[in-house]
Amino acid sequence: MQNYFALFQLPQQFALDMTLLDTQYRKLQAEVHPDKFVNASPAERLQSMQMATQVNEAYQVLKQPTSRARYLLQLQGIHTDEENNTAMPGDFLMAQMEWREAMDDARVTKDIPALDALLTEMRAQAKVLQQQVANEIVAAPTQAALTVRKLRFIDKVSEDVNQLIAQLEE
Amino acid sequence: MALLQISEPGQSPAPHQHKLAVGIDLGTTNSLVATVRSGMSTVLHDEHGHALLPSVVRYLQDAVIVGHEAQAAQSLDPVNTIVSVKRFMGRALHDITDRAHIPYHFVENESSQGILEIKTRAGLKSPVEISAEILKTLKTRAEKALGGELTGAVITVPAYFDDAQRQATKDAARLAGLHVLRLLNEPTAAAVAYGLDNAAEGVYVIYDLGGGTFDISILRLSKGVFEVLATNGDSALGGDDFDHRIFCWVLDQVRSKTTEFKPLSEEDTRLLLTKARQAKEWLTDNHEANIVCKLSNGALVDETLSVAQFVSLTEHLVIKTLSPTRKAMRDAGLSIDEIKGVVLVGGATRMPHIRHAVQAFFEQEPLTNLDPDKVVALGAAIQANVLAGNRSDDELLLLDITPLSLGLETMGGLVEKVIPRNSTLPIARAQDFTTYKDGQTAMAIHVVQGERELVSDCRSLARFELRGIPPMAAGAARIRVTFQVDADGLLSVSAREQTNGVEANITVKPSYGLNEDQITNMLKDSFGAAESDKAARMLREAVVDAQRLMEAIQAALAEDGDTLLNADERQQIESHIDALLALCQGTDSHAVKQASDALNHATEDFAAKRMDASVQKALAGKNLDSLEL
Repeated sequence: MQNYFALFQLPQQFALDMTLLDTQYRKLQAEVHPDKFVNASPAERLQSMQMATQVNEAYQVLKQPTSRARYLLQLQGIHTDEENNTAMPGDFLMAQMEWREAMDDARVTKDIPALDALLTEMRAQAKVLQQQVANEIVAAPTQAALTVRKLRFIDKVSEDVNQLIAQLEE
Repeated sequence: MALLQISEPGQSPAPHQHKLAVGIDLGTTNSLVATVRSGMSTVLHDEHGHALLPSVVRYLQDAVIVGHEAQAAQSLDPVNTIVSVKRFMGRALHDITDRAHIPYHFVENESSQGILEIKTRAGLKSPVEISAEILKTLKTRAEKALGGELTGAVITVPAYFDDAQRQATKDAARLAGLHVLRLLNEPTAAAVAYGLDNAAEGVYVIYDLGGGTFDISILRLSKGVFEVLATNGDSALGGDDFDHRIFCWVLDQVRSKTTEFKPLSEEDTRLLLTKARQAKEWLTDNHEANIVCKLSNGALVDETLSVAQFVSLTEHLVIKTLSPTRKAMRDAGLSIDEIKGVVLVGGATRMPHIRHAVQAFFEQEPLTNLDPDKVVALGAAIQANVLAGNRSDDELLLLDITPLSLGLETMGGLVEKVIPRNSTLPIARAQDFTTYKDGQTAMAIHVVQGERELVSDCRSLARFELRGIPPMAAGAARIRVTFQVDADGLLSVSAREQTNGVEANITVKPSYGLNEDQITNMLKDSFGAAESDKAARMLREAVVDAQRLMEAIQAALAEDGDTLLNADERQQIESHIDALLALCQGTDSHAVKQASDALNHATEDFAAKRMDASVQKALAGKNLDSLEL
């Protein structure tokens, strides 16, 4: 499996030029996408599907900050172990509980604007953690693993909030 | 049989030969076929000048009638005249909740997962077979108009069609003898037609309300790249439902006026539904519609429906389209002011109250400068032209997504999502499983599609059993199941056991109602009765496939053979081509197929090298030092 940064010819680091990522992605798909191989042999069509799949996967991993950070650590041999390691500092857990409570309140009162505000707050919190993880990946990778776990936590709550909004809108 | 023309190995086949490729919009109410001629996408007409082919199929004792003539007979012969068959594609009997109002004799096919069939005077007909009749008619129309055999077709499907419905559409095309270049999502096709016509750039919404399906797609258009950001919809909501509301209203009116009202005959049901559709269309430009007809029991229907009444009868249907619209906007992470334009597609979007609702939602007037009935076929034709290889300088790239999440059943009937909705295609995801008991050697895997948490609320796509797992302690086996969704949005699942190096590799292509053998049998039947005739057709199919393969490989050799292969490697491939060429002159279709497989296999390394070269080429000229960080 090729290194995703190398595949897109981008420097292996957290801070990425997103416009360049988009450009490289489109250039790659323009060459490897199955639509370009409709009249090719089955062997080439299979190659194309596998390559286009890999390009899509790589693009998704690099595009999202949490998965990008996780991937950078993985390349250093550090596994973030999000499934099993759920130990979090107390203050972070407190913040989590407050978000969950706000979510439950909004569920009862069907307050979609409150949920939107909650999403904005979580985005701001995630931004801070992303800046932090950019430095940690280089300077303190083990610390970075915890930050990735925190980011994953926030992503998960955000997903739940989005799902709740969709439910309330129905 | 005509002699095949194949060029000398190493030379490219006849250059710049225009391939006949079409786009087909296989619609619920109407179907169309379009092609690109002299650089312009054009809808092809029948000999009477009709562009739209009503998607109506009538079965006579020994003939099949498709289109206007069948439509005219629907009230006379409702049981044998099938309309809106698209609603039944890939569906089981229990999926059709309003079947009490549909005048067909539905039968559940016991042999294949409760898939529905319709009893006609010509025998049991599956939705796939009925759709194939519509496709055959369009194929004949196109071949007559273009003066030759078609190389291939792009067939459109609603974006919100699930795997079963897509697979059924592809099966129908195969049955009709069409080479499917791609299944294309209808809103994406519309975006291509609109985008290229208007040199549109930015984020566009396609609101597509057809006869039986509703799709909403949000796309980013940029320099020939059409990137679908989110899609949503309802594959059982369309113009037909508006007809049905009018139909029910008329029945209520009639019932309220008579004390004795007998149940409607099948003929009357069809007649009233037709009158309802006409009234709906009339109300687009008029304030009121008269619904007048005589039922078979002599009762006279004479009702007047006003626009205001129609709006209030169908308001809930309009609102029903806005919920998927909101979800798609949320999934795309966009706000209303980021939308550059809203394109209306589908005949049902002619209804003024639909237009008003869309305008109110997006706070802008929707774009209607393309014919909502034709835009999908026109877009499909453009892609067909590119895929067939008629445009060498093409800059068209469609990046489409999967509309529904794919998952697996886990303990307690819960769904574990493996591929989330709105993932760009093609996509693959692997999931590891282990055994539950000591010595367990088999495992049941259930694949579902949908957004809900419970398996029972999602659509079951496939169940299969993994056997031959080496017996070991519970939790020791490691089985990796890989989901692959291809560019047509079709799923295949493969699994392998990873411990002990035992590779139990299987591939499941979920096929609904029709398995490979059934399709082959249907194809054989359609070839004609005589055994010799069937064999000749089988041979012809095999030779056409072989020819396609050899052309592809020779084109690849001409392009990269010198740079990527040494003399030995090239000789290997060429000897396989020679062998296949010789067999193509013979009469053994099985041998032709085997030699084709062998040739394809012999080119695998070459294919991998070419793919690497493509990747290098894509980013060539980019110097790492010059990147802005």
